[in-house]
Order: sequence, then C-alpha cells, then structure tokens
Amino acid sequence: MYDYYLTIVLAPLAAAIIAGLAGKKIGRAGAHWVTILGVGTSCVLSLLVLRNMFWGGAEPENISVYTWAVTDGLRMEVGFLVDRLTALMMCVVTFVSFMVHIYTIGYMHEDPGYQRFFSYISLFTFSMLMLVMSNNFLQLFFGWEAVGLVSYLLIGFWFKRETAIFANLKAFLVNRVGDFGFILGIAGVVMFTGSLDYAEVFASADRVAGQSIEVFAGTPWNAMTVICILLFIGAMGKSAQAPLHVWLPDSMEGPTPISALIHAATMVTAGIFMVARMSPLFELSATALAVVITIGAITAFFMGLLGIVQNDIKRVVAYSTLSQLGYMTVALGASAYSAAIFHLMTHAFFKALLFLAAGSVIIAMHHEQDIRKMGGLRKYMPITYWTALIGSLALIGFPGSSGFFSKDLLIEAVKESHWHGDGAIYWIAYLSVLLGVFVTALYSFRMFFLVFHGEERMDAHTKSHLHESPWVVTVPLIMLAIPSAIIGWFTVEPVLFGGYFGDAIVVRQGPDVLAKIAQEFWHGSLALVLHIHKSPAFWLAAGGTVTAWFLYLKRPDIPETIKNKLSAVYTLLENKYYFDDLWIKGFAGGGRAIGSFLWQKGDQLIIDDMLVNGTARTVGRLAGAIRQIQTGYLYTYAFAMIIGLTAFLGWLIWLR
Amino acid sequence: MIGLEHYLTLAAMLFVLSIAGIVINRRNLILLLMCIELMLLAVNFNFVAFSRYLGDETGQVFVFFILTVAAAEAAIGLAILVVLFRNRRSIAVQELNTLKG
Repeated sequence: MYDYYLTIVLAPLAAAIIAGLAGKKIGRAGAHWVTILGVGTSCVLSLLVLRNMFWGGAEPENISVYTWAVTDGLRMEVGFLVDRLTALMMCVVTFVSFMVHIYTIGYMHEDPGYQRFFSYISLFTFSMLMLVMSNNFLQLFFGWEAVGLVSYLLIGFWFKRETAIFANLKAFLVNRVGDFGFILGIAGVVMFTGSLDYAEVFASADRVAGQSIEVFAGTPWNAMTVICILLFIGAMGKSAQAPLHVWLPDSMEGPTPISALIHAATMVTAGIFMVARMSPLFELSATALAVVITIGAITAFFMGLLGIVQNDIKRVVAYSTLSQLGYMTVALGASAYSAAIFHLMTHAFFKALLFLAAGSVIIAMHHEQDIRKMGGLRKYMPITYWTALIGSLALIGFPGSSGFFSKDLLIEAVKESHWHGDGAIYWIAYLSVLLGVFVTALYSFRMFFLVFHGEERMDAHTKSHLHESPWVVTVPLIMLAIPSAIIGWFTVEPVLFGGYFGDAIVVRQGPDVLAKIAQEFWHGSLALVLHIHKSPAFWLAAGGTVTAWFLYLKRPDIPETIKNKLSAVYTLLENKYYFDDLWIKGFAGGGRAIGSFLWQKGDQLIIDDMLVNGTARTVGRLAGAIRQIQTGYLYTYAFAMIIGLTAFLGWLIWLR
Repeated sequence: MIGLEHYLTLAAMLFVLSIAGIVINRRNLILLLMCIELMLLAVNFNFVAFSRYLGDETGQVFVFFILTVAAAEAAIGLAILVVLFRNRRSIAVQELNTLKG
C-alpha cells in the first residue's frame, strides 16, 4: 500500500508542477489533461484504499516516509497515517477535486489564466492530502498552511479586481489569527509530550491531562484544556467559526469551482477533521468541548440567518456553508465525532453540488450573481435545475437524501448527549441546531425559488442567450448529485453505528451518544425514513420550505413588508452583525492606527527626526559655529599660533 | 656699558616687530617671508648674546645651523611664491583664503 499512498499524494503535485511551470508549452488542453490525470489517479487509488479498509479489512497503517530533521530527541518526519478516518477524507477530497477539475474546463474556458488555475487546484489537492494523511503535527501544519496559501492564491485568482485582492488578504489575515492559536497548540503538545507523532502524543495524553500550566502567573490551567482550545482556535480560523468566519463569505470573490472545492467541500472542513483526529486529546478536556459546542452552536444558527438576507447567489451558499460547519462543530463538541465526519462527507457532496450548480447558473447569466435578477431558469437549464433541487433537498434534510441521515442523526446525537447535564450550553446547542433546520430550509428554498421559479427578471439580452451549460459542467453536477441523493442509505449504519472508525476516534467524555442511539433508537435506514413524522427536524424543514414558497412565489410582496416592519433586525442582518466592522474597523483599523501613530510619532518624529537627523543637525550647527574661526588667512593662523605659544609659555613660566 | 640686557631687548624688539609684520601685513607675501627671516635673526641675536655671556660657543654653532636652515627655507618659500604667483597672478595675502571653512 505504501506505493499507493505515495502515488496518491505525489500525482497531483507532479501535475501541478507540470501545469504550472510548463503551462505555456503544453497548452490549455495539455494543462487540463495532465491535472485531471493526476487527480483522477489519486481518486481511483483512494477509492481502492477505502475499499480495502471497508471490505478488505485492512488494518490502519502508520508509515514514516522521510525523516527531515532530528533535534534533541524531537523527530520531524514526513509520514502517513492511513486509517479509516483518513481513507474517508481522502476519497471525499479526491472525488470532489476530480469533479471540480472536469467542471473547470467548462467554467474557465475563456479565462486567460487557465493553466495557472489548474496548477493551483492540483496543488490544493496535494496540500489537502498531505493534511489528511499526515501522521504528525508538523506535516499537519504544513498541509494546513499549504491549503491556506492555495486558498489565498485562488481567492485572488482574478488579481486585477480590487475586491478579490481585498478578499484574499482578509482570508489570509483572519487565518493567521487562527493559525497563531494552532501553532501555539502544537507548541504546547511538543512542550508536554516531547513528540510530534500522533501515536506517541495520544499515548501520553493522560499524563498531559494531569498537568497544569500557568499562562498567567497565579492561575494554573489544565494543560490539556489549554492545548485543545489553542488547537480549536486554529480550527475556528480554517473552518470559519464565529467570530473568525468573516473571511469565508468574502472568499466568494474567487472563481466558483474553488468555492465548491476549497470553501465548501474540503479545506474549510480541515478544522472539523483535525478536531476529530485529535479526539483522544479533546476527550480529556470537558472545558475545551464546551468551547467547541458553544462556538459551533452560535455559528450554526446565526450564520444561517444571514443567508436569508443575502442576494448574491454564491454568498447565500457561503453562509449556508458556515451554518453547516457550525453543525459539524456542535457534533464535535457533543463528542459525536463520527456524526460530524459523516455530515462532513455528505455536506462535501451536496454543497459542492450546490456551488457548481450556482456556477452553472452564473455561466448562463453571463456572470450575473444577483438572484433578484434571475428567475424562471427551470425551463432553460433542466439539468442544473434538477441537480440543484437534489442539492437543496439534501441540504435541508429531505427524508432519504444524504443530508437527511447526517443532519437528522447529528441533531439526535446532540439531543441525546444531554451535554454534561441539561445545562445552558446543552439547550443553546440543541435549540441552535434544531431551529437552524428551519432557517436552512428557508434560505435554501428562497434561493432556489428566486433562481429557478417565478417570473423572469433578467434583461432581454441575457434572456435571449440562456441555455444549458456544456457537458463538462453538467456531468460533474450529475456525478455529485448521485452521492448527494443516495449515499446516506448505505453508509449511515456502518459509519455512525458500525464502529467504522475503530480506534481513529475515541470517546471518553460522558456517554457515547452514538452507541446509545444505536441501541435505543436505530432500526435501520428505512425505519428512520418511515418514522420521519416523529422528528421535529423534519417538520421544521418542511415549515421552512413552505414559508419560502409562500413568501417568494405565492406572495412576493410580503418580504418587502417584513423588511420594512423589522428594519432594525434587517439592518443587523444586512451588516452581518457588524462582525466585519469589528474586524476591519476595530482590529485591523486599530492596528493600523497604532501602526501609523508609531510610524509618525515614534519612527518619524523621535527616531528619524530627533535622534538621527537631530544628532546630525546638532553636529552641523556646532561645526557651522566653529568653522567661523577658520578664516583661511595666513595671518589669522599665525596670530593664533603666537597667542597659543605665548599662553603656553606663560603657563610654563608662571603657573607651573 | 652695553650689557646682556641691551642685546636681549633689541632681539625682543625685533621679534615683536616681525610678529607685528606677519599679523598686520595684508598685501605682500614677500614681506611675510622677510618677517619670518627677521624673527629667526632675532633668535640668532639671543643665541650669540648668551654665548658670549656664558662663554660657551655652542650658541654660535647653533646660529650657523639656523642661518643655513633659514637660507633653505627662504629658497623654498620664494619658489612656492613664484608658483603661487603663476597660478593666481597675485601674491596679496588677503586673497589667499582657500582654506576658509
């Protein structure tokens, strides 16, 4: 299997290098063939690895590939830990990436940066695979930063647009905040365990949990809590959890394929994956889990609300992504790691599908993204319509769709967790995920109805050119629609209740909710679908859909009235709870104000003006005064010599 | 009777005169050179006077040395003066202020 793993990782890298450096030579077709070949190879091999894990009963493998450096007992290595968690992630990453590669041929076919784009997304696949396949914290951090870098490059892909440059800088800076926490967390791990290797760290986790650290003198904190919260700050940055979520909606400035690949399906789920991977650590700190579940709940509910007022088709999906990432984080906090990973997987399929469908609409609309200027697209774009419908239904959890199994059981897990007694945190988390279902249905179908149904609000020119997208666009849509619709049926039982993850995920904190559900609640996929009327989530989703239908198709005048009646709420939502202002004006602006104060007063005035130039000026003035005695006339010098001589003689004779 | 003090007084007067010549003279570089010679001669006067007074010939030997050096110095000085005149068409002291700071 060793060769497989190496090939899986290196094939996209090689393709990225070829397409990136020799892009001009191999041409546009060459660039997409070489990268698709690279990622396709990875995808096929990943599926083989998953098959071996699933049916072949292959054991998890922990392989060290290369030792980079050894210092003072600390080994820095490149290595692969391939267990079932990794195998699942590898398949999700490579499959979505493969689809996105194909889709890109259609979406970017007029773009002058065609080869560059393919090179970047292949590089992204490589980085993401390095991240998920890592067996140590250093390589995890490498992958973490590498996906961040590629994300930065791709958000700013159209680098001549001011907004794109702003967005990628914002993404980069906000991620720096998270990454700072992350690297401090890794430093904490090294400090307490003296190792970067997962296996060794997990083995000594109990020992670490017994120690304490004084971050502020006099207040000892549990070492594991500090480490886990710091690691989670990294996850908050990468997985866009409030309040570090602000970069994700802006990242929609990038081309749509990368919104689907990076900002919906894979990179933003890296944080979720990381926390699940670190479950042996997080399970040792109830405080850290409380932080995780609270942040997740806030993100899940409040970011969903923002989706209702957005008018940009991609931003609606982006806020939906934020909300769904919040769901996964809540599941992590409730120790239902499997549920989080399962939702991650289904979400990767249906959210990538929704983004790609949105991209297909954008192509047809000649890069118009405002849903108020769309409508009635159903009859022009049948394939996009049906695939988007499947995606939306999966997103709201329509019975039987993949999202139904993952989200319904996720909510059930949160409910059953009775998180550390039925305290405030439990109710916040449970109500957030439950009410979030209504919100999800509302914004999803608001967008869906506004885009595909109702009156046609586009201008005549656009309307005359409306047509279905080419096959390179529709085939990935169909390929993603299939797992979005059906994958839940046969994966839910092994993944959630069959102990699929084995030793990869450890649950120690409180009761294992999924095991509990398996015993008391679970009677097979079909039973779950048939007993749907007992689930409040189903009624909320249905309610949300009907509300969307009523407000945006039946009585399109009502939303305007609501908007005017609730203008305070609307303004709050329109301004995204003023988080952007907090970061841009508060932190970034404050930082810049301090910077310019130090620059103007400290640097320019004190150092440059007073110290550097001041010294020079003083010397200059002094010299200017002294040089007056240098007349240049011989007789002055002679006179000075005589005076001096006389004075010296006088001193010699009389004073000595 | 003419004693040592008369010689010394004369020498001192000559010395002060030459200083005054150097300081006051603003026109002519040749005068300056002459003043320097005069200064040396004033010193020679002192040497000879003390040599006679103390009965020691070393002082008179020194006078010869000084005269020799003075002759060399005058030669060099005049040579510089000639070159200077060629370059600047003037030997007026008040115009020679290239070293002004």
